[in-house]
Amino acid sequence: MGNTATSFKGVKQFFTEIGDLSYFASRFFKEVLKPPFEFKELLRQCYQMGNRSLMLVTVTGFIIGLVLTLQSRPTLIQFGAVSWMPNMVGISIVREIGPVITALICAGRIASGIGAELGSMRVTEQIDAMEVSGTNPFKYLVITRIMATTLMLPILVIYGDLVALYGSALVENLKGDVSFQLYFNTVFDALSFSDLVPATIKSFFFGFSIGLVGCYKGYYSKKGTAGVGVAANTAVVMASLLLFVVDFIAVFISDIFYEL
Amino acid sequence: MSFNMTDPDQITTSNESAQRGKAVIEIKDLYKSFGDNHVLNGFNMTLLEGENLVVMGKSGSGKSVMIKCLVGLVKPDSGTVKVLGQEINALDQETLDELRSDIGFLFQGSALYDSMTVRENLEFPMRRHKEKLGVVADTEPLVREALENVGLAHTMDLMPVELSGGMKRRVALARTLILKPKVILYDEPTSGLDPITSKEIIELMRSIQKKYGTSSLIITHDVDCARVISERMILLVDGINYAEGTYSQLSQSTDPKVDAFFKK
Repeated sequence: MGNTATSFKGVKQFFTEIGDLSYFASRFFKEVLKPPFEFKELLRQCYQMGNRSLMLVTVTGFIIGLVLTLQSRPTLIQFGAVSWMPNMVGISIVREIGPVITALICAGRIASGIGAELGSMRVTEQIDAMEVSGTNPFKYLVITRIMATTLMLPILVIYGDLVALYGSALVENLKGDVSFQLYFNTVFDALSFSDLVPATIKSFFFGFSIGLVGCYKGYYSKKGTAGVGVAANTAVVMASLLLFVVDFIAVFISDIFYEL
Repeated sequence: MSFNMTDPDQITTSNESAQRGKAVIEIKDLYKSFGDNHVLNGFNMTLLEGENLVVMGKSGSGKSVMIKCLVGLVKPDSGTVKVLGQEINALDQETLDELRSDIGFLFQGSALYDSMTVRENLEFPMRRHKEKLGVVADTEPLVREALENVGLAHTMDLMPVELSGGMKRRVALARTLILKPKVILYDEPTSGLDPITSKEIIELMRSIQKKYGTSSLIITHDVDCARVISERMILLVDGINYAEGTYSQLSQSTDPKVDAFFKK
């Protein structure tokens, strides 16, 4: 009986959360095109988010490219298909691994950062102070941050892809004696428009999801300073889950287009 | 027992107040609940022009909720809240924002923006109200004047984290003053401060009131603060204005609920 009640409460909470998040997203779309526009704050957020994540994306991307190539190499050698390495690594990084790994890294870095920042602003009444001063805090804090993550994530994904390919090229250069020029020429020959466009489009949605969840968790943070930690933590978990859902939908839709 | 506003023996300030002028804040039958927690149960209050009114109550008695209703941060369940003649809950966002430029709000924890310098903190409220201030581009003189009023002109380029608790409160007061409000709402202005800094803040509040002739509503549970600054006091108990009068009237009361506030 107790377990059923707990499960019911959990399910109810889950759907309430989904409903609140959807309402938050609808408020974003309702207010994003209404003046005044906070361009200065948007640029500041873009710079901060790009700058904050650059090092992490560089290291992660490089290691992913390196490891993927090192792990695949023995198997490809076994089948006499090592010359396909740039094609395989290029396509897998550009279409799936690059966007998902970069987005997950950013979910950890950015969503938690936004959740903690807005949560702390909420509990220290800075958001109230902003409202009392005549500035719409939703426009100033939320819209700028969601816009910044939506715009910056595709750039970080493209950058991360290039770094990962460089890592892969380095392994091929050292172990397979393949020049960097030949490696990149082969990668770009293998890639087509239909590989790049869906990956870039889905990166925008990943960025939107990260910003949305981070802002939602921080903006409605409760229960004092303990709530700030909870906001940061749940922002990462929820953003990461949402990324996989968005990724599944994106792959599903792009698959339909491939079949056409 | 209650010191009612209509009781001529108890209230001397009501007549003095009538001579002061019109009401700048009027609250009638204010009710607010959060679930089963009934915070305000028909609270009434009037703040007159140029007056220093203190509202005292225990922690959790609804003082902060009441003050937040005055600026539209909390929507009441029922009742009327008029500030400078305008019913807060009937205003559209644009008009409410305009009205807010005439209401200064000093938050309990100062609420300075962590990511901005002191100068940017003071410039922030001016973004939406440049017409009112007549500022075209250079905001520096206004920022400097506001900081000089609180004796902190040298902190202009510091970050809030570099300031002490008392300095933060002063900067927050300077930020409140920058729009030259007609009414200032103080939410626990001395909480968390040592006695000396508290005295400095109280002195500052008095000098500001003298200089700009603002009306002040002070929410506090600090009896010393109330004694020094209040011209009239309201005790908020069980969500209603339980007792009302001057500090000396209320401090001599034999009513246990009133007496509890003044016992050391």
